[in-house]
Amino acid sequence: MNSLDIARWQFAITTVYHFLFVPITIGMSLIVAWFHTSWVRNHRPADLRLAKFFGKLFTINFALGLVTGIVQEFQFGMNWSAYSRFVGDIFGAPLAFEALLAFFLESVFLGLWIFGWGKLPEKVHAATIWIVHVGTLLSAYFILAANSFMQHPVGYKFNPVTGRAEMTDFIAVLTNKVQLVTFPHVVFSCYMVGGAVVAGVSLHLMRRSAASTVSGSSVDAAMYHRSTRIGAVVTLVAALLVMGSGDSQGKIMTEVQPMKMSSAEALYDTTDSAPFSVLSIGSLNGQHATRIIAVPGLLSFLATGKFGARVDGINQLKPQIAALAAKVTERYGPEVGKLAMSPTYTPNIPLAYWTFRLMIGLGMAGAAFSALVLWFTRGGRVPRGRLWTWVALAIPLLPLFAISFGWIFTETGRQPWLVYGLLTTAAGVSPTVSATSVLISLLTFTALYAALAVVEVRLFLTYVRHGADPFHAPVKPEDVTDDAPLQFAY
Amino acid sequence: MSLITFWFIAIGVLWTGYLVLEGFDFGVGSVLPILGRGTDAEDGEKRRRVLLNTIGPLWDGNEVWLITAGGAMFAAFPLWYATMFSGFYLAFLLLLVVLILRNVGFDYRHKRDSAAWRRGWDRAIVVGSVAAPVLVGTALTNLVHGTPINADHNFTGSLLSLLNPVSLLGGVALYALSLTHGAHFIALKTDGPIRADARSLATKAGVGAAVLGTVLLVWLGVGYGGNVWSWITTGIAAVALLASIALNRKGTEGWAFVGTTVAIAMAVATDFFILFPNLMVSSTSAANNLTTANASSSHLTLQIMTGAAAAFTPIMLAYTAYNYWVFRKRLTVAHIPAAVAVH
Repeated sequence: MNSLDIARWQFAITTVYHFLFVPITIGMSLIVAWFHTSWVRNHRPADLRLAKFFGKLFTINFALGLVTGIVQEFQFGMNWSAYSRFVGDIFGAPLAFEALLAFFLESVFLGLWIFGWGKLPEKVHAATIWIVHVGTLLSAYFILAANSFMQHPVGYKFNPVTGRAEMTDFIAVLTNKVQLVTFPHVVFSCYMVGGAVVAGVSLHLMRRSAASTVSGSSVDAAMYHRSTRIGAVVTLVAALLVMGSGDSQGKIMTEVQPMKMSSAEALYDTTDSAPFSVLSIGSLNGQHATRIIAVPGLLSFLATGKFGARVDGINQLKPQIAALAAKVTERYGPEVGKLAMSPTYTPNIPLAYWTFRLMIGLGMAGAAFSALVLWFTRGGRVPRGRLWTWVALAIPLLPLFAISFGWIFTETGRQPWLVYGLLTTAAGVSPTVSATSVLISLLTFTALYAALAVVEVRLFLTYVRHGADPFHAPVKPEDVTDDAPLQFAY
Repeated sequence: MSLITFWFIAIGVLWTGYLVLEGFDFGVGSVLPILGRGTDAEDGEKRRRVLLNTIGPLWDGNEVWLITAGGAMFAAFPLWYATMFSGFYLAFLLLLVVLILRNVGFDYRHKRDSAAWRRGWDRAIVVGSVAAPVLVGTALTNLVHGTPINADHNFTGSLLSLLNPVSLLGGVALYALSLTHGAHFIALKTDGPIRADARSLATKAGVGAAVLGTVLLVWLGVGYGGNVWSWITTGIAAVALLASIALNRKGTEGWAFVGTTVAIAMAVATDFFILFPNLMVSSTSAANNLTTANASSSHLTLQIMTGAAAAFTPIMLAYTAYNYWVFRKRLTVAHIPAAVAVH
């Protein structure tokens, strides 16, 4: 393997890993904020217990989201220096905005929220976790704007004097049409995961409390029953919004990256009323692939909104995409044209085909399970049977992995481009960093991340098993004496 | 002043903010085994928890200054960011690893009631709190010292190119400064025996930091073309350090902390004054230097960044100040509640 392949593997591993924590952070901060606010309004003990309990799970997750995020920022410069030089003028700004507007907000206000018990007036305290949530959304906006530039570069021109792409319109970068459909799709999918974590954890604890004879367990069962349903409703509503926004995203994707949509179905030849297959057998290399349950016209609908519309095939698109590269040479000369030259202009088609299905399939399964939970918990019912333990586990994992596959699909589906139609991935890698260095880095991060995953999951599960702490009325800041122990401490 | 110069200064200010703020939490993290030694195991654990709680709500926000400095370099001087981050590859890899383990340590240490668990994370915190400032100090000094950079602005050296005496001194001196700064912070934020121990540690560390820091800055000024500005900042740094030792001995901990704040800020300023107008010196050929002129972003990008910085930095500073104000009280072992962690 050369440094390019290793750098790509590292980006894939570190990014997918980082994005396991991101949806939980975005989604759970909303639900914790909701419980905390509900406590401030109604002073119902269950709300405070749930806010603190899910807050703890949230912080266990946030810790790893934060540290793996720092790696992401450094990685662009370390492994992709040619890319950073070429588009830093445009790509750097959203990253700097993200740090200044979002990361400070998240970090400072999360510190205030975690340590604020007995220090902050109760309304101010509840406000801090809302501000953390706003910070997570701002962060998502800026980083997705940066990603959308790679998917569909806008608001820039090439400067022949500096030999770099330069910003001409920042508003255009922030309101990229890809961004406008990607941001809602990603945020709703994060809400889906946040709701699903709450639903899955609560379902498990509700069943355990309902089966227990310890005093107070019926109160706990009722509390978890409510949070199970809240989580499941959030998951289900978010799932519908994910589908709606995903549908718009498909149409924009067909417009700006037709190859990605055709690869998603492994559609080799241009077809009217193109079908969409649920599964297929075969190598997906254009020959002898047997489609299983192909829905006629569905791909055309996903791509354009019309069942009868024509969808371009991979074979017909190939010369069109290659022409993009030729256009770069024509406009900016052979020096820059080299950056757009690739031996092939098709992505890994089986990967695109399967990740697209896994994204949709796992997401839908997650939504279906939460609907099932809502049905079986109606009117105070508590579902029995050991199978439900697996349902509790599956509910959060299904949408979480759906998101991973979604990212793998959209990032590998863009290949060979790093910046679509302008710069190939091969041209973006750091030219003088040796393969050995990148390999050391890849192995280090993989080992470290694997070890941290074990520690994190075990800690998370320990706290899930422990459940919500009993209710203690919080002490107001004005009632805290000078030498009283802290309400929260490391 | 041109926008390009403004952004050179802004990045210097961001690094300063990072090293002043995280500087004290590096110092606090690294003295766990020294100031966290109690009369018995239980007292020691309480003392370590006091130390960690002085920075508990603060360290995370402090670290964002590093991410912002990196982001600002990427946006304002993409070539600087690209060459430095790809060039100082293994050093930055190590920096990431130690920061990750240290941060997770802060977050996870208190989450299990097990001595072995706490001991493990304590090690991560101590190693990270010592190694990170050494690595950052080495990296920033190397910008001035010069590293092999070719005509395409690509780094052509190896890890060994970074391990030169002046840069290593830069690393060690930055740690010594952070240690003193952290000891002042502990003296300012705690009470009882820890406060007294922190003050006596600060004096010893301060002497070390003053010697190392002054030698470093004079070496940089003499060996790497110091100018009027860099000699002024060097002078202020030396005076501030000596004053902070005296102030600490006198017992005015707040002013001693201000002293090390000024000293760290002026040390970073000296590095940047000597560096200007270069961003990275090439040891291969002066023609290959990255400079403010050849590495900056377009005027429009710098304008947008300037607007954002002008609008949002005051807000960020205001809520950061609020955070420090909320947690302003001195802590003692009496403030440490019983461990609530799950076993």
